[in-house]
Amino acid sequence: MTLGLSLGVVVGYLLFALAVGLVAYRVSEATAEDYYLANRSIGTVVLLFTTFATLLSAFTFFGGPNLAFAAGPEWLIVMGTLDGVLFAVLWYVIGYKQWLIGDRHGYVTLGEMLGDRFGSTGLRALVAGVSLLWLFPYVMLQQMGAGEALVGLTDGVVPYWGGAALVTAFMILYVVLAGMRGVAWTDTVQGLFMLSVVWIAAAWVVSAVGGVGAATGAMLDARPEFGGFGGGSYTPGFIVSTAITIAFGVTMFPQINQRFFVAKSGETLKRSFVLWPVLVLLLFVPAFMLGAWAAGMPIEVPEGANVLPVVLNEYTPAWFAALVIAGAMAAMMSSSDSMLLSGSSYFTRDVYRPVINAEASERREAWIARLGVAVFALAAFVASLFRPGTLIEVGDTAFSGFALLALPVLCALYWDRTTRTGMIAGVLVPQVAYLSVVLSAVVGAVPTLPRTVAGGWDVALGLMVLSALLTVGVSLVTAPTADGDASRFAVAGD
Amino acid sequence: MSRSRRDLVWIPTFAVLVAFAVPWPLWGVDRVVAGLPVWIWWHVAWLGLCTALFSLFVRSGAWERGMGRGRESGPGSALGGDRP
Repeated sequence: MTLGLSLGVVVGYLLFALAVGLVAYRVSEATAEDYYLANRSIGTVVLLFTTFATLLSAFTFFGGPNLAFAAGPEWLIVMGTLDGVLFAVLWYVIGYKQWLIGDRHGYVTLGEMLGDRFGSTGLRALVAGVSLLWLFPYVMLQQMGAGEALVGLTDGVVPYWGGAALVTAFMILYVVLAGMRGVAWTDTVQGLFMLSVVWIAAAWVVSAVGGVGAATGAMLDARPEFGGFGGGSYTPGFIVSTAITIAFGVTMFPQINQRFFVAKSGETLKRSFVLWPVLVLLLFVPAFMLGAWAAGMPIEVPEGANVLPVVLNEYTPAWFAALVIAGAMAAMMSSSDSMLLSGSSYFTRDVYRPVINAEASERREAWIARLGVAVFALAAFVASLFRPGTLIEVGDTAFSGFALLALPVLCALYWDRTTRTGMIAGVLVPQVAYLSVVLSAVVGAVPTLPRTVAGGWDVALGLMVLSALLTVGVSLVTAPTADGDASRFAVAGD
Repeated sequence: MSRSRRDLVWIPTFAVLVAFAVPWPLWGVDRVVAGLPVWIWWHVAWLGLCTALFSLFVRSGAWERGMGRGRESGPGSALGGDRP
C-alpha cells in the first residue's frame, strides 16, 4: 500500500516536471540559439535557480548527507566554502568576463570561444571532447543516486537498476522535448520546491527527535568525534584540495559554463553573485545536518542505500518522504538534462560541425544532437550498473577532470601572450595524466596509481598547477599563431 | 586612478573571504553553542559576511572597474551592459 503510494508520488512528480518542460517548449522558437541558450534572455531569478539547480544533484542530496553521516558534518564547511565563496569569486573572474566576451561575439560554448580566439579547430574540439569525457561520470552519478534513492525509499523492493532506468528514461524524454528554456523553467520551479521541502523535512525530523540540541546531543553520544572540527578523513589536505578542485571544476562544467553566456544583462550576473553564498547555505545546512544527525538516530541504513530517504521514512509520513525523494530525483533529472543539453551543443557545434560534417543542415544537426543525448545517457546508465565508487568518489573524479581545464582558460582570458600551443599543452598533458590515474583504478591489469598523497592531498591539485605551468611556460617559448586574435577577448571600454 | 588602485584591496579581501570560510582557528574545538558545533556557526556567519561584502563590491562599481569597464574608461560604458 505505502509502496504503491510512494511510487505513485515519484512517477507522478516526474510526469509533472515533464509537463512543465513541454509547456516551455511550446513557447520557445525552434532555433539552435533558443534550444541551447533560450535566446540569451534569462533573468536573475531564473539564472540564479538554473545555476543553483546544478547543485541540486545526487552529489548534494544523497552523496553529501551520506558523507556527513559516515564522517561528520565538516562536509558542510567544504561544500559551503567551495560553492558559496570560491565559486562566487570565480563566477566574477571567469563568468562575468566570459559573459562580456560572449556578448560581443555571440559565442555559445567554451570551445567555440577558445577556438575562435586562438584560430584553432583542434583546440575547440579538444576542449569539447575533454568536457564530454568528464560529463559522463557526472551523468552516471545521477543515475546511481536515483537507483540508490528508490532502494532506500522502498526498502529494496524497487531494485537499484529500476530507479536508475526510470530516471534515464525521463532524462532522455525531457531533453529531447524541451531544450534550455524548458530546463531553465523546471530548474526554477524545482529549486524553490526543493529548498522549501528540505527545510520542512529538517524541521519535521528535528521536532520528532526533540529539537536541534537533542539531535546534536544524540549525534555526539554516538560519534563524539563529530563535534570537533577536523579529524578523521577531514584532513587539511582533503579540505583544501576538495574545495579547490570542485570549485574550479564547477566553472568548467558545460551546463554551468554555458550559463555564463545566457544571462540577459550584466545586472543579472551581479545580483546572482551577491545572493549566491546565502542561497548555497540555505540548501546545504539542512541537507548535510540531517545526514550528520542521522548518526545519532536509531535507524538502520542498508548497504548501498542513501541515508536521507531512510531518515525521512523513519520520521515523516510515507507520502512526504516520497515527495522529497521525487523532488530530489526530478531535480537530479533536470540537472542531468542541463548537462546533456550543454553536452550535446558541445558535440554538435564544436566536434560534429567543424570536424565531421561542416555541410550538415540545421535539421540534421538537431537530429544528431538528440540522438547523441540518448546514446550518451544510455551508455552512462550501463556504466552506472557497475557502481564504480561512492557518489562522492564518482562526483569528485568528474569535478577534478573539469578543474584541469580552468587554469588554462583563466590564462587565455587574462593574458594576451597565451599561445595556441601553450593552450593545447596546458589542456592535453594534465588530462592524459589524470585519465591514467583514474583508469588505473578501473583496469585490473595495471597497478592502481594513488589519487591522494601525503594525507589527503588530491593529485588533481598538483595537475592543476602543472596545467598552469605548461600553459604559461609553453606560451612563453612559442610564438602566437597568425590565426590567433587576442583582441577577441578585450572587453575594456566600449 | 586612485579609485582603481583602491579597488586592489578587493583581491586580498576575496582571498581572506575564501580562506577563512573554513573555520581554521577552531580546528579541533568541540564546543556546542545553541545546538550546533560552534564552528558551524562561524561558517554560517562567514557566508553572511561574504554576501554583505559581495554586495558592497558590486555597489561600489569595483565589479565593472575590475574588468576595465569603469566610469573612467570612457563614454558608453553602460553599467551592467544590458543587452539591447
